[in-house]
Amino acid sequence: MTMQFGIFSVGDVTPDPTNGRVPSEAERIKAMVAIALKAEEVGLDVFAVGEHHNPPFAAPPNPPVLLANVAARTERIVLSTATTLITTNDPVRLAEDYAYLQHLADGRVDLMMGRGNTGPVYPWFGQDIRNGIALAVENYALLHRLWREDVVDWQGKFRTPLQSFTATPRPLDGVPPFVWHGSIRSPEIAEQAAYYGDGFFHNNIFWPMTHTKQMVDLYRRRYEHYGHGRADQAIVGLGGQVFMRANSQDAVREFRPYFDVAPVYGHGPSLEEFSAETPLTVGSPQQVIDRYAAMREDVGDYQRQLFLMDHAGLPLSTVLEQLEILGGEVVPVLRKELDAGRPAHVPDAPTHASRVAAAEQAAETAERTTDRGADAPAEVL
Amino acid sequence: MTQRKLAVVSAGLREPSSTRMLADRLAAATAEALRQQDTEPEVTVVELRDHAAELSSTMLTGFATGTLSTAIDDVVAADGLIAVTPVFTASYSGLFKSFFDVLDADALAGMPVLIGATGGTERHSLVLEHAMRPMFTYLRSVVVPTGVYAATSDWGTGTATGVLGDRITRAGAELAGLVASRKPREAADPFAAPTPFEQLLAEVDHSDN
Repeated sequence: MTMQFGIFSVGDVTPDPTNGRVPSEAERIKAMVAIALKAEEVGLDVFAVGEHHNPPFAAPPNPPVLLANVAARTERIVLSTATTLITTNDPVRLAEDYAYLQHLADGRVDLMMGRGNTGPVYPWFGQDIRNGIALAVENYALLHRLWREDVVDWQGKFRTPLQSFTATPRPLDGVPPFVWHGSIRSPEIAEQAAYYGDGFFHNNIFWPMTHTKQMVDLYRRRYEHYGHGRADQAIVGLGGQVFMRANSQDAVREFRPYFDVAPVYGHGPSLEEFSAETPLTVGSPQQVIDRYAAMREDVGDYQRQLFLMDHAGLPLSTVLEQLEILGGEVVPVLRKELDAGRPAHVPDAPTHASRVAAAEQAAETAERTTDRGADAPAEVL
Repeated sequence: MTQRKLAVVSAGLREPSSTRMLADRLAAATAEALRQQDTEPEVTVVELRDHAAELSSTMLTGFATGTLSTAIDDVVAADGLIAVTPVFTASYSGLFKSFFDVLDADALAGMPVLIGATGGTERHSLVLEHAMRPMFTYLRSVVVPTGVYAATSDWGTGTATGVLGDRITRAGAELAGLVASRKPREAADPFAAPTPFEQLLAEVDHSDN
């Protein structure tokens, strides 16, 4: 699969501004399952969910709980997070939960690390936001080892030391889930993604492209610096936000009341201003296609595009209609257009299958090198 | 002749605005003092009133747009700043504070700044010392010793060369002295030279292996 298209949700429980109706937590949680199932049905590739520990959110505090449920009811869609808090979760817990989920989901799992953007969350888990970057660095370094080394001895700053510890279960087929690192503003996180050769996701839905481009450029440059490949071979993901109707005026009319009071940007810039500055596109499916087919002109050919579709109090029925349009009319065209101009050396979006194949190939190469012995002529690759 | 950039931020709301009048006189005095030191000033004036709606949007979205983004670039890239606010409810105005609230925390570090304020009576003149100077100290700017406060009585009864005029001239000379003696400011680019990851790792690494 050259490029992946999917949706991400933060599970906000927001009153519908057109009628004041607030969904119950039960309703919102079940709605997210329905949305995930619809995403697979309409041919999307990824369903990603945020992690939240405070109202007004009904996103899972531990995403694997929701994702395991979705895994049991789907066949094909990749399950991911947006984001998993690498700062306040114990990396041991993350290693085990996500490896377990990998087995249940037959490898249809990856995850996106994030630091979280709200200060109060840290002390609830015994941490301090001032250590945000350091926690992300140390916790991920440990998680990375726990998935790759069967027995780990470890000592760090933020959790109790480990001696002769084996994270259980081991990753499926011995291949850890692919990891994306999400950050909006911190060069350190782009640097971290580049260092490990992991993916970098810029959630640009609230940001102008000039900023997104700076962060992605930095990641690509440093990916090459750390020897994982050329800059244009780094693994990049972007966020997006759309609302569509056949007639663009209808889309604007229907979405405006949701936009005007939405969490984050509501009561601020106008729909028109915000659409001009950020990837928010409210209009016809063709307008969405045109806008998103052009993203690569700023960030290069990329691997994953996630859309925020269920938020700001939009009713479930509307979200499901939007997914029909996204999967039915928009993504097939985007796939074709984006594949057409894509150079052969730009990697496809990583999947469990592709990573297993790569691991097998690496093992074979290592074996051949060993068999050949010291005297054998060097193979030209 | 060398060149230096001066930015003037005025938070006056009316037209004509006594805050803008004070800002213009401070800018003129600074420019004149710079020319005497063989330095040609390039002056950019930012009227915050023009960006009032954009400032409140920026508070919510986290990024500046349109003409506000240009204004911020002008101020941050200047070699010296003149900042003038009306006194509202015993302090700088909310609009004035909003502009500095949306700048990056380090954006004005090391910036030579001349502070000015206007008010109905001279009773509020210490706003320069209890509100404005501490704010710029927090931003690690270098505030010149003389701040200039102009009350209604200064405009009404004083003369252009009276007490207010003397203070303006002195303050302008102080700012010009700082601006002319420093190298042109260079904007820091956090994306140009990121902290190498090995260093980030080393900062948390307490392990034996």
